[in-house]
Amino acid sequence: MDDLGLWIIPLAILGGAIRVSTPFLFVSLGEALTERSGRINLGLEGTLGFGAMSGYALAYLTGSPWLGVLAAAICGAMFGLLHGVICSLPKVNDIAVGIAMMILGMGLAFYFGKPFVQPVAPDLPSIPFGWWSDIPQVRAALEVNVLFLIGAVLAVALWWMFRATRIGLIIRVVGDSTDAARAMGLRPNVIRACATAVGGAFAGVGGAYLSLYYPGSWNEGISSGQGLMAVALVIFARWNPLACFGAALLFGGAGALGPTLQSVGISEGYYLFFAAPYVLTLGVLIATSSPTRAMTGAPGELSITK
Amino acid sequence: MSLSDATSPAIDKRLTAPQWALVARRAEAVFIPLGALLAGFAVFSLFLLLQGKSPSDFFALVYRAGFGTAFSWQNTLSRTAPLLLAALCVALPARLGLVIIGGEGAIVLGGVGAGFAGVVLSGMTSIIALPLMLLTAMAIGALWIGAVGALRHFRGVNETIASLLMAYIAIALMNHLVEGPLRDPASLNKPSTAPLDDALRVGNIPGWDVHWGLAFGVICCVLAWVLIDKTTWGFAARIAGGNVRAAQVQGLPVGKLILGFTALGGAFAGLAGFFEVAAVHGSANASLAGGYGYTGILIAFLARHNPLAIIPVAILLAGFEASSGLVQRRMDLPDATVLVLQGFVFMAILISETLYGRFKIFAPERWSAT
Repeated sequence: MDDLGLWIIPLAILGGAIRVSTPFLFVSLGEALTERSGRINLGLEGTLGFGAMSGYALAYLTGSPWLGVLAAAICGAMFGLLHGVICSLPKVNDIAVGIAMMILGMGLAFYFGKPFVQPVAPDLPSIPFGWWSDIPQVRAALEVNVLFLIGAVLAVALWWMFRATRIGLIIRVVGDSTDAARAMGLRPNVIRACATAVGGAFAGVGGAYLSLYYPGSWNEGISSGQGLMAVALVIFARWNPLACFGAALLFGGAGALGPTLQSVGISEGYYLFFAAPYVLTLGVLIATSSPTRAMTGAPGELSITK
Repeated sequence: MSLSDATSPAIDKRLTAPQWALVARRAEAVFIPLGALLAGFAVFSLFLLLQGKSPSDFFALVYRAGFGTAFSWQNTLSRTAPLLLAALCVALPARLGLVIIGGEGAIVLGGVGAGFAGVVLSGMTSIIALPLMLLTAMAIGALWIGAVGALRHFRGVNETIASLLMAYIAIALMNHLVEGPLRDPASLNKPSTAPLDDALRVGNIPGWDVHWGLAFGVICCVLAWVLIDKTTWGFAARIAGGNVRAAQVQGLPVGKLILGFTALGGAFAGLAGFFEVAAVHGSANASLAGGYGYTGILIAFLARHNPLAIIPVAILLAGFEASSGLVQRRMDLPDATVLVLQGFVFMAILISETLYGRFKIFAPERWSAT
């Protein structure tokens, strides 16, 4: 049974969905946390890029990809903290700050990343779930990387945290009503800054995945809007971490469409297929937005849904 | 409002004269952004110092390559043209309260439209063909960004995310068209549309080495300023930008304003695309995605979305970009250096928003209170 025929397409899309969805998963979980606390961080695109660069650099310099992931998380947290602190100043527009962080993050990533384009850093490990098959395509498709599994666990953990723990409740209160939070004696700006920092850390890890697993190298084109799509993804998933997991798989599948069709030999409309994730994101955004009704489940303090 | 407060003898009466009040209030809008610009430069200088590079060398090189000689001025001014129009694409909707950052998409597709129109119209006299190409580019740009405005008004879609997604889609579309259906078979190394006839190229302003796009850009900035500052639509837009509910209660046509302003911003960006194709490259290809749209975002915010202020700010930033090649070679810095500088300046400008209204010197109404 060596020739799979057309089955190769859904198989490749499944494998691709798992592979391509991991950065979406991490960034969207981080952004879900940030937005639940009432702040929107559009700068995750820059954080993603910087995480990719710093993860790759540290992995190359120390020989361990996991130290790279840790470094990426720390850098991401610092970017998130910067965003959180600046946005807590009165009258500062958090959407504009996000755009500025995007530019700054990408700029710093390209600036420091110049010497790391050529060297090869060790990759992250993966678990071969396709060991039972003889067909190389099946094996390749079911090669699941460890970060995907960690991300899945994180999604469940975040869901449970929001649902059943005290800290989840605190974040939700801060996100729904600043006044209620203050009345409870909480400090909304501090909590939001912390949530943004953790969100940034997640995004940094997502970036490290890009450079340390798939596509597996550092260059200036490594990130192309994933951070932004993750923000739209969170809205689509109604700020629910489990739904973020599902939506990330969906977006991953869309992102895998281009390379899959190319590998089968369909190269007409190459660029159009690569535009598929953006079109999907836009479609999702249109379908889930409404001019009159507030979105169900939207944190009350989020500036774009007020 | 009287400033002659006889119960405060400590106040020097000369300083409370009405003309100082006017200067003081206007000064806030100049000094705070200027201060933020300098603060951004300062942070960048620190950044350079921490790596052992000299900030004074950097700024000296920027001056030399951007503003020092007539040649460098021409280089700077050539780059200013698309930046002016790209910044307008951000600034106009911003007065309405919309943050639109996808001007790059309108530039790219406007350029493709102009290139395509030029091929279709080749052989025609330039008096008919050039305006048609220009209008095609502006129309495509207007449709692209107007669509973002429509999505915002009719479906409540966040315009920042939508416009950036549309920009990515536009670049993909441009690549597809330029390498596929609209490709000139003779362009092997670099896929492009067929080169425009000489008659359909836009030339330089007489006496200068800068193409007409600069003049059009400046005129558009002035027109935009007149629109916002001096017309009823502009006034309505500023009200809607400040408080949408109040505008709706007053009966202002918020929907039409949103569609009109986004379409106009998109038309300006499309115009930039037209000049990039007709004056600079001669055909539509991947060089259209030159990042002008993104620099335009910074220019608009630095100019606080005032179309007249966009002119000097765009010249300043064009100077930095013009000098980046020289700076990289001389100081051995990566080309992302200008991006880092822009990031620092942008952050400084946004942080400075918090300073408005804090300084007593700019608030004449509080001068009499000691």
